[in-house]
This record gives sequence, C-alpha cells and structure tokens, in this order.
Amino acid sequence: MTADVLENVQAAQQEQTQAQAHDEVRELTYAQAIQEAMAIAMERDERVFLMGEDIGVYGGAFQVTGDLYQRFGAERVMDTPISELGGAGLAVGAAMTGSRPIYEFQFSDFATLAMEQIVNQAAKMRFMLGGEASVPLVMRFPAGSGTGAAAQHSQSLEAWFAHVPGLKVVQPSTPHDAKGLLLAALEDPDPVLIFEHKLLYKSKGPVPEGYYTVPIGKAAVRRAGRDVTIVATSIMAIRSLEAAALLEQEGVDAEVIDLRSIRPIDRGAIIASIRKTSRLICVYEGVQQLGIGAEIAAIACESEAFDYLDAPVIRLGGADCPLPYNPELEKAAVPQVDDIVAAARRIVGGRG
Amino acid sequence: MQEIIEALPTRPATVLRGVLFRHDPATLREALRKMILVRRFEESAEQAYMRGLIHGTMHLSIGQEASAIGATLPLTDDDYITSTHRGHGHCIGKGADPKRMFAEFFGKETGYCRGRGGSMHIADVSRGNLGANGIVGGGMPIAVGAALSVKRQHKDSVVMCFFGDGANNEGAFHESLNFASIWKLPVIFVCENNRYGMSMSVERSTAVSHIAQRSLAYDMPGVTVDGNSFAEVLNASEEAVAHARKGNGPTLLECETYRLRGHSKSDRNRYRTREEIDEWTARDPIVRFETELLQCGLLDAASVATLREEVEAEIEAGLEFAQNSPSPQRAELTRYVYASTSGSEQ
Repeated sequence: MTADVLENVQAAQQEQTQAQAHDEVRELTYAQAIQEAMAIAMERDERVFLMGEDIGVYGGAFQVTGDLYQRFGAERVMDTPISELGGAGLAVGAAMTGSRPIYEFQFSDFATLAMEQIVNQAAKMRFMLGGEASVPLVMRFPAGSGTGAAAQHSQSLEAWFAHVPGLKVVQPSTPHDAKGLLLAALEDPDPVLIFEHKLLYKSKGPVPEGYYTVPIGKAAVRRAGRDVTIVATSIMAIRSLEAAALLEQEGVDAEVIDLRSIRPIDRGAIIASIRKTSRLICVYEGVQQLGIGAEIAAIACESEAFDYLDAPVIRLGGADCPLPYNPELEKAAVPQVDDIVAAARRIVGGRG
Repeated sequence: MQEIIEALPTRPATVLRGVLFRHDPATLREALRKMILVRRFEESAEQAYMRGLIHGTMHLSIGQEASAIGATLPLTDDDYITSTHRGHGHCIGKGADPKRMFAEFFGKETGYCRGRGGSMHIADVSRGNLGANGIVGGGMPIAVGAALSVKRQHKDSVVMCFFGDGANNEGAFHESLNFASIWKLPVIFVCENNRYGMSMSVERSTAVSHIAQRSLAYDMPGVTVDGNSFAEVLNASEEAVAHARKGNGPTLLECETYRLRGHSKSDRNRYRTREEIDEWTARDPIVRFETELLQCGLLDAASVATLREEVEAEIEAGLEFAQNSPSPQRAELTRYVYASTSGSEQ
C-alpha cells in the first residue's frame, strides 16, 4: 500500500467512527439547545452578544440563557431595563454598526411595545437606504398559550411580522431545529425573528454537538403519507404528528409538514405534498382568520396544486377571541390533537 | 446643570467671539459655506417641487442651519449621526454630496437611496450617517445602539442623535436617554427645538420649559443654547463631543431655533402669527454668522461673494446631475428587500 492509499483508508475509518458517534446524538431540551447555540455563537464570534430582560443572573424568564451570564459575563449577556422599544431599537442600531445582537423579548406579547423599531426600522432599513445598510439582527420571542398566563402573555403574533417584507420569521418545533435555525439566523444579513413555543422549552430531542445550521425557508416533511397533507407550524407540528399516529390506526396515512419558516415560506414543499395527497389541512396556533393558514391555502389555490385538490381546504387555527385564563377554555382556544384527528377524518371522508 | 436654568438671550458677544477665534478661518468659511448650501439646497428643492419636477413631500429646515452645521462640525467620518425627517442640514453637515441628495429627491438611481427612500431617508452609512427617519423619535434608540457598538468595539467614535421638540414626548426619547445614561454611552442628543411639533407648540405639548431639563431625569448634562447662533451651538457641541469621546457618557443639547417654512407642504400656517415668523426671520442664523465673521475680520466681503457663487454652481450642477440621472427600473421593484434579492423577491 502506498502512503496515499493508507491515508485514504485511515480517513475513511475515521469518518465511519464519526458517523457512528453522530448516530448516538445526545438529547437536549429545546431550551438547552437554544442556550447551546447562543454559547457556540458567542465563542465563535466576538461580535455576538445577548440583550434582554432578566437574562443575566436570573437566567431568563424561561431559563433559556441559564448560566450564560456566569460563563460569558455581563458584557456579553446584558440585562436591559424593562424598556422594549428602546431595547429593540438599540439592537437595530448595534446591528447596523458591526455588532451581532440577539435580543430576547421576555414574552412575544411584549413585542407590541417595540413594533415601531421592528416594523418601521429593522425591516425597511436595507430597502429604504437602497441596499446600503444591513440589519443582521436576531430576535427571540417566547410565544404561545398553554401556560395559564392569560391574554397578554400567550399570544402567537408571528403572522403579524411575517406580513412585513424585510423580516424573516421562523418557528422551530424541535431542539435540533431550535439550535440550527438560531445559528442560521446569526449568519443571515437580514433581521430574523425566532418564535419559540413556551410549551416546547422542556421538550427533548436529539441535538448534534458543535456547530451546524438549519436553512431558513425550508420546510421539513416529518412524516410521509398518502392520504392528507397537514401543514403545521411550531408546536402544531408536534400535535399533528401525534394525530397522524392515531389516524394511522384508522388506516389514514397523513403527511405532516413542519413549515419551520413562515417568511420566506417553502411553497415547493406544500405544492409537492398536495400533488401527492390531494387534501390539505393547515394547523397553527395564531388566530385562524387572516393567519398563516390563509397563505398556505392560497398557495394551494394559486398553484398547480389546485388541480389536485379533492376536497375543500381546512384551516385549524386559534379561536376568534383573546386567550382565556380558565384551563379548559384555554385548551379550547387553540387546536388540540383531537381537533386535528377530527379534521383529517372529515377531509378524508370527502367533505371538508 | 446650571446652564439649563439660564434662559435666552445668549451669552455675551465676547465669549462667542472666543469660540470663533479658537478655529482657523478656513474651517469657519467652510461652515458658512455649508450653511448657505443647506439653505440653497432646500430653496431649490422647494422650487423644483413647486414646478412639479419632484413629487411627494419634504420638510424644510430653513432657519435651522446653525444648529445642523454647528453641531456636526466637531464630528469626523468615524463618528455616526442619526437624523430626522427635517434632516437635510445634518446630511450636509456630515459630508453628504448635494448631487446625490438632489438625485434622491428626484427619485433617481444615483440618489443616496437609489430613489427608494426620498427626502426622509437620506443616509450615507459608509460615512457614518445612519439615516434620516420618517418616524418621530425613530432614530433615537438606533443612535444609542450604534453607541453601544462603539463601546463594545473599543473605539473613540461618538454618535450624534438629532431629534426635534416633537420627539421629546415620545417613549423612544425617554427610553433612549435612560439606556445611554445607565450604560454611559457616547451619545450627544441634539434637540432642535423649533417650537412646533407640526402645529402643536412646545408650550402646549411639553411639561418643562426647556427640553434640556429632561436631562435631570436621566442624570446627564443638559444645555440649552441659542440654536440660531452658530458659535453657541458649536461651543456646546464641542464640549459634549469631548465629554462623550472621553468615555464620560451622553449629553442632552437643546438648540432653540425656528423653522421659517411650514411643517410640510400641507401647512397653511394657521397656528402661528406673521409677526412671530417675521421676528424669527430677523434672527436668520446665516446672516448672523456671516456678520460675525465679517466683524471679527475672519472673512471679507469678497470671500463671501465668492463663496455664494461656489454654492450656486454646486446647486446648479447638482440639479442637472439629478435630472439627467436614470430612474430605477420597474423590474427591480423588490430589489434590496433582502440581501439575497436581486430583482425578484424570494
């Protein structure tokens, strides 16, 4: 054997060992995965720093920053006053001038206090200035209901932001994607808004070690199926998978697409799936009317997928009311597994 | 804090002369040239609008030139500014080329924003001008964020944040001053108090008699100066810039001035009197600065005439450049929405 060949064999063996190690990926919670992504980002790039309310010693309202303050210090993990408009605007200004801030809203609801800076400034800066400015900003929004926090701490406002050209909006549903999308967001030259579902923070899943990214704007087919396409966002992708398992027992083979990104939106994945199943259900937590489901349905209606549809599209979204406090009412206000199963039965029965 | 208690009128003339004599005549001549350039730029833009050559609206700062040019004089290309909807003076103060400003007014591809922004968004990020802003108070947190970058990057740059009296009742104003103070950031908040937020007078809108008094609440120096006196503005700005550069944190500098034109093109001047406008016209900052320079012997009448000719030539060339420049292509409508878009979105 020549030295070259020997080297190649060794390299191949090494690769195999690495692949085996990769198969035994450890499990992390969604919150730990986000924290790991932020730690990796800060180690890789000194321009990256965190800003937010109570993210320092306290560790964040949902313990996402955890002990990053102890590891990276107050200069990198900056507690801000309760001052969302100012804090968000500082992040915009810092991003325009060579920094890579990650700004955490304590609850996504509080973004309403900062809409001016997100919508009028961050989103439009590149365009208004004729391409001469960049706002490489990452914002994190703990969102969604199910925690008994009532109407001002439970909303899913992602569609508001996805309506604004210039922003990118992602909704990871797994620990793997939470880490990979955050690292991808930091590579992006434009503002990326990450909506994290609060009920997912403690969910566990495999997360590879080290640095990797998940592409923004690409959906994931979580379960392949022939009978119905379920396009879901965030925690609804998890619930749709649970629904699909129940449906399987009834002989209904559902395809579950986790949209992951609602701006840009993966039109191709939606169209390809409908061509296969001829039926579409959209499941999302935001208020049903004028929400992401309308956009998904429009993609089906405006494309070649329309010719394949065998039943009216079904939208399952949030009820037309603020999120209530009572736990039974709170559950009733957003799609649950049973609702998805029932919708699939209806649509497969041929009557939408 | 003593200074904010002192009301107008201005400091003694001897002090002001001292400020002027601290600078070489060439610098002062250039400052006067810029003030005249701002005035003539706006008058010409207004004319072009009247003649139907440009559309939309514009907010003219005619009468406020001393504050824009006096405040920006101590800045370098490494410093930043954020500006307002009435920001043509700030742009010229920060070194913008009137040619490209005119081109932006005309909506041309050669404009500072390639015709996508117009009068309210002129910026030159490469030279530290982070942009005018269409939202009252919108640039303020951005300025503080830029100052945070400066501090993190261990630079000695400063950020000058322009805003009007109208912004001082916005939440963004208060949040920005607080952030700059708690983190001791190098920001100079320059309030151009031109007495009206559109039609509402400061007396009716604002609980304090001088906006600089707001600095007390945020534990930073606050100074009110005669914004129509170039020397007063320059003096205060130099002090505030030095303070920030040394790492001592922000200052709130209030320049009391007046816009001689209406708020925008829709203004019918129903909220103020002819007498008031005449009174402020008599305090024209350009006439005043020019007279001071002549009296101090720092400039002669012939130089002033030459300087005015230079400005006229620059304006004429600028207008011609703008009119002859190409318009953006319709096919490029969604370009620049994202870094990755180069003709069609997504």
